[in-house]
Amino acid sequence: MQIAKNPLLNKLRKKPRIGENLIQAVLLICGIISVLTTIGIVFELGKESLLFFKMPGVTLKGFLTGTSWQPAIGEFGILPLLTSTLITTFFAMLIALPLGLGAAIFLSEYASPKARKTLKPALEVLAGIPTVVYGYFALTVMTPFLRLLFGSDTVQIYNMLSAGLVMGIMILPLVSSMSEDALHAVPRSLREAAFGLGATHFETAVKVVVPAALSGIIAAFIIGISRAVGETMIVAIAAGSGSAFTFNPFKAAETMTGYIARISGGDVAYDTPEYNSIFAIGMFLFLITLTLNLVSRRIAARFREVYE
Amino acid sequence: MNKNNSVFKSQAQGNLKKRHRVSKIWRNSFFLSTTIGIFSLVILLFSIINQAFGYVIVENKVDPASLSSIPLKSLEREELISILQENLSKNRFKTIQRDNPVEELKRSELVGLVTSEIIKPTTLKSYFLIPSLTNKAEIIRTQQDEFPNAVVQFRSWISLSFLSDPLSTNPDTTGIRTALIGSLWIIVVTVIIAFPIGIGAAIYLEEYSSNNWLSRIIKTNIDNLAGIPSIVYGLLGLAIFVRGLNLITSGAFIGIDQSNGRTILSAALTMSLLILPLIIINAQEAIRAVPSSLRQASYGLGATRLQTIWYHVLPAAMPGILTGTILAVSRAIGETAPLILVGASSFINKDPSGLFSNFTVLPIQIYNWTTRPQAEFRNVAAASILVLLIVLLTLNTAAILLRNHFSKNKAA
Repeated sequence: MQIAKNPLLNKLRKKPRIGENLIQAVLLICGIISVLTTIGIVFELGKESLLFFKMPGVTLKGFLTGTSWQPAIGEFGILPLLTSTLITTFFAMLIALPLGLGAAIFLSEYASPKARKTLKPALEVLAGIPTVVYGYFALTVMTPFLRLLFGSDTVQIYNMLSAGLVMGIMILPLVSSMSEDALHAVPRSLREAAFGLGATHFETAVKVVVPAALSGIIAAFIIGISRAVGETMIVAIAAGSGSAFTFNPFKAAETMTGYIARISGGDVAYDTPEYNSIFAIGMFLFLITLTLNLVSRRIAARFREVYE
Repeated sequence: MNKNNSVFKSQAQGNLKKRHRVSKIWRNSFFLSTTIGIFSLVILLFSIINQAFGYVIVENKVDPASLSSIPLKSLEREELISILQENLSKNRFKTIQRDNPVEELKRSELVGLVTSEIIKPTTLKSYFLIPSLTNKAEIIRTQQDEFPNAVVQFRSWISLSFLSDPLSTNPDTTGIRTALIGSLWIIVVTVIIAFPIGIGAAIYLEEYSSNNWLSRIIKTNIDNLAGIPSIVYGLLGLAIFVRGLNLITSGAFIGIDQSNGRTILSAALTMSLLILPLIIINAQEAIRAVPSSLRQASYGLGATRLQTIWYHVLPAAMPGILTGTILAVSRAIGETAPLILVGASSFINKDPSGLFSNFTVLPIQIYNWTTRPQAEFRNVAAASILVLLIVLLTLNTAAILLRNHFSKNKAA
């Protein structure tokens, strides 16, 4: 009571600071902008997709099960675009998963610190190359190589295999660096225990370290898949334009992202079936990648082995 | 007992040999997967260099020797101007005079003008670097057999005039200045928008927010945004910035007569949203790495929260934030897909002059040239890729140097 009456101490009392609160509010708004982005994506994609599904002749069932995608004649079945997306993704993963994991095991378990210091940045350079450059590489190097290997009668100039393989090279560093982080987090004592029991280097790596880091490795795999599904430039350049319902990787077939890029490349008029359809496909793409990312996060968090 | 022991020993050793063999084989295959990645990088770089240089068979419409007895490059300005006047129709010369008066041009520019207006070289056939080096005789024979009027020249598709000339539809004379300036505009505007917002969000999340539902939502959201394919951002940009905010992004609200929203501003706004999560995540890490003793010392001296952040946390975290921003920017420079959607047009040859100009960028040109059927466009695309990669390499080196410089300072 006495203290509060002392005028000198009153001066020192905490004053409300309007400026500070204002700044805090501004910073909060900065954070909220990212939430608004997500809301914007969901809202805009949803709105245009709704317009798309309201068009005469378009049904959700037809969209999901139709085997022909010909907007010009009103056929909107996403399966041709979806299968080619899955085929290119499959070949990308065929390259990226085993090689990425192999590289991660080598860098984390075998490489000397010196070798690691040179090899790791080299792989990171691969991750920093723009995807349009990979597209160029697929069309001018990988495709001629495949045509030489399998004969130019079997392999078309634009084909899913070439795009898929190059996409695998692009995703390899992502998978290897995420897996390596997971392997690196496994405590040394586990390896030393395995060595102490007489395990070879390989047995230690594959039977002890990899299982211990499995959640992180699987998370890396799923992120890799999500990356491949959403990749645009490589498939837009090398996989061909025009949808085709085929399972033959040597043939040209447009993927979902390739279709979006081609349609929007010209001056597409607003509120046409084409314009609305790219949003419907975008929504589909968004849902697939979001699910994959959430699953990956779940796996990484849930099955993580915690070592003290 | 003794006998049993030795049997066991020999068994174990026999097995051991096999186990070590397996171990060795796998070690090699792990090593192989690492090298395959690096090998593809080498092949990629090699193939680009291979296509950016090489012999070309060129036919000139007018033989330079018929214009003057000495090489054009050693002629004086007046002589070049008189060549222009003599060999061009009056109207054509007037048009050129109106666009850029010849009296004001430098000598090198005059040489360029004479070349493009009178000599008009056309590339008939181009070769890659490797065949050029190993098979010159064959190339010369082809030229003599098929194109007797043409000459064989060694051409570096990447050159000073390639950097400084505007875009054109002719692969022989096209430059990339228009695209370079477009890229520069977009990056600068993107950074101006995304850098403060990104740092603001990171400061909020690291320094202010408690673990409440709002900050949890923001955090999860940022992580998810980082995983969304870039083309989806393009769709967002098309729907909101190009179409929805057309009035603002086209510049119509300040009276600029521009029919659509496919402008630098739209592209930069889209790019900002794309790199924002990257900047935030990197800045958060940098801020988190600032030791809390620094904050406590500041609080202990009576500083407010804002003062602590502004005078102590941010300066300490700045190198990390800048490094992260440079990496995000280098991602934005190479990004192509979203810009296709927000309407980069590949057919402009006017340099963008402001926020509300139409634009094109380097990756879009590479995409466009790669998909053209003529072989010469591949050479041009390869040369542009080289330019792009050099820019990215410079940026990444800058980021690494920055990081090393500051971590050394800290240690001292």
